[in-house]
Amino acid sequence: MTEGNGSGDLSCPLPVDATDTVQLAHGGGGRKMTQLLESIVLATFDDPELNRRHDGAVVDLDGPLAFTTDSYVVRPLFFPGGDIGSLAVNGTVNDLAMCGALPICLSVGLILEEGLPLETLRRVAVSMRDAAAKAGVRLVTGDTKVVDRGKADGLFVNTSGIGRIVAAARIGPEAVRAGDAIILSGDIGRHGTAVMAAREAFGFEPAIESDCAPVHGPVSAMIEAGIEIRCLRDLTRGGLASALVEIAETAKRGLAIDETLVPVDAPVSAACDLLGLDPLHVANEGRFVAFVPPQDASRALALMRSFGVSRDAAVIGQVLDGPPGEVRCRGQLGIDRIVDMLSGEQLPRIC
Amino acid sequence: MRTGRVDFGGVTKIVNLAYVPEAAIGDHVLVHVGFAISVIDEAEADRIFHHLQEIDDLAGGEAAAP
Amino acid sequence: MRFRDEYRDADTARKLADTIARTATRPWTIMEVCGGQTHAILRFGIDQMLPDGIELIHGPGCPVCVTPVDFVDKAIEIAELPAVTLCSFGDMLRVPGSRGDLLRAKSRGADVRVVYSPLDAVDLAAAYPDREIVFFAVGFETTAPANAMAAYRARRAGLANFSMLTSHVLVPPAMRAVLEAPDGRIDGFLAAGHVCTVMGTREYEPIAHAFGVPIVVTGFEPVDILEGIYLCVRQLESGRNVVENQYARAVRTDGNGTARAIMGEVFRVVTRNWRGLGDIADSGLALAGAYAAFDAENRFGAVVSKDAIDAACISGAILRGESRPTECPAFGTRCTPDQPLGVTMVSSEGACAAYHRYRRADLGTPRQ
Repeated sequence: MTEGNGSGDLSCPLPVDATDTVQLAHGGGGRKMTQLLESIVLATFDDPELNRRHDGAVVDLDGPLAFTTDSYVVRPLFFPGGDIGSLAVNGTVNDLAMCGALPICLSVGLILEEGLPLETLRRVAVSMRDAAAKAGVRLVTGDTKVVDRGKADGLFVNTSGIGRIVAAARIGPEAVRAGDAIILSGDIGRHGTAVMAAREAFGFEPAIESDCAPVHGPVSAMIEAGIEIRCLRDLTRGGLASALVEIAETAKRGLAIDETLVPVDAPVSAACDLLGLDPLHVANEGRFVAFVPPQDASRALALMRSFGVSRDAAVIGQVLDGPPGEVRCRGQLGIDRIVDMLSGEQLPRIC
Repeated sequence: MRTGRVDFGGVTKIVNLAYVPEAAIGDHVLVHVGFAISVIDEAEADRIFHHLQEIDDLAGGEAAAP
Repeated sequence: MRFRDEYRDADTARKLADTIARTATRPWTIMEVCGGQTHAILRFGIDQMLPDGIELIHGPGCPVCVTPVDFVDKAIEIAELPAVTLCSFGDMLRVPGSRGDLLRAKSRGADVRVVYSPLDAVDLAAAYPDREIVFFAVGFETTAPANAMAAYRARRAGLANFSMLTSHVLVPPAMRAVLEAPDGRIDGFLAAGHVCTVMGTREYEPIAHAFGVPIVVTGFEPVDILEGIYLCVRQLESGRNVVENQYARAVRTDGNGTARAIMGEVFRVVTRNWRGLGDIADSGLALAGAYAAFDAENRFGAVVSKDAIDAACISGAILRGESRPTECPAFGTRCTPDQPLGVTMVSSEGACAAYHRYRRADLGTPRQ
């Protein structure tokens, strides 16, 4: 096989099959499966450990370590600002970052639906490779299965990741103290509106782009600068609201935020209005909140703003003694309301 | 059926204009489930703010009086 | 954005609240009739800006909430037929019938889809001639022109595989029903601005006159709602009871003639059962005779009336404006948005859901 395929040239010397879609035989463990892996997965990821073609990866790591796993299902597979591949890499990278860890290596599990165009698989593999390179992680081991047509939505991805803990103290809701500043890393609501708009073909122009991105850069920088990070949480499904309520409940503290300080880009805000969504509940894939002691807040903010991914970071509120589990939000008119988790599936409203 | 691109403050979307035959380019419209159902009257839109200004002026006048 | 941001301005809102406080000399109870207004009132905390004595009661203003159980059951029954795709607006999918909601039907294998516009359902019918496309058409007068256009287009295009399960409702008859209730204590109304963009304001005049209540046609942003309340209080204080139009930037006295013409062709006025209110004469829209072939009830059987709700649920009293969500013993305990007993907890336009989302018992009743 050829090596070092650039993203512009994905032609492969071995004809994988007479057809250009995934067949059940591609998951059968035989010659066809080897061809598929060699021509697309191994050629694209091109990691020496992966290329050993062994049952697992052998990596040399110093502890303590963070270890996480996540599975990715998204429809459509490609959306403005990302795709299932970049999502699967960044999502796991971000989960490691939220533990105060420097992401090192990822595994990739692919579940392919019979009939998936090989071109789609190639695009996803290239996207994963590029996302991994950008995040500075290696894709060192993996697995591929094929299921009958109709048993999967094209392509599912699981990634597990290992990272080396760089934070001095344990990061988590239990460390949150009254008075801590709550810093949001950037504008919210992009990913959820981007995917919903693409899935339902709402025809927004310009298309809203997902915020899908790795966030370990600003996290590592804060840790290196000696900022005492009490808690980190990436804002995925359920959005900022659900993340804050979870933290408030686990930490048994009250949280107070000011809605006017929460950045929402104008197109996202307009789309949310149109669809009857609250940006506080909409999913993100490249945003997080950091809880830091008040004396560290301005330094943490400046550091976050020095990274592209968190250039719009803002202090949005603080931790209160109580009541435990309650998140209050001061609205545009200066009146407080309770922030609740998202319940059920997010559905566009009638009016 | 007449449609048009409507700017919602950052995103635009094609909207059905069958119910606002009077709508022209540059007009603001009220949109519900993909249909424009009313053209916004800009003079009326400003009325409340003028009205509040009057109330303000009135309150100011009262405060100034001993 | 223009026509939004300035209507959410804190200073303007505060000035209006102060003006209301200066104007009101005694307690008044005002009902807003639109779920969108209820939502805005709780989200922005408008009720908490009002002086003591000005009480807002949330009316039967969520079209999803008032859709009877029987229609939901029928929609599920149709959705579970082979070769049927049932389309509706998002909120409708979570409204419980007597055996679960449409999302549960979807999980059992029914083809249930969310559409943003009713014309999307017509497009589906054109694209999939082998499938029966059924649009579950609910809504107030605001949504009726769009849904009428779906039927109009399907008939023009001769789409034999398109039909509508129609449970449309009209606001003025429901306002009459609320005013006729024996325990009624409503002094004035904020009428739903979006409804009036279509229907105009004239049909409210006989109600204001007959019941001696001021009716202020009101918009949906905080400044609109506060000005609507101010105009209503000003009438009440001076003993007047007329129809006033706060939302004149969007509402003309005669409404939208083009839209009403199509509605008149496609729909006829019928008696409708409202969840919590019961049968109300001339309070709904059904497809007119010329559109009978597109009526899902003709194609899949008529909706059978039977109304069953959980005994602990007071959603009827809430829809009639007799009780507040926080007065319900099940509120926030047995009944939550994740496990709704009644329909007012289901839709995000519903009063219980709005209270649960923005308030809890401790923030619910007392004002500053």
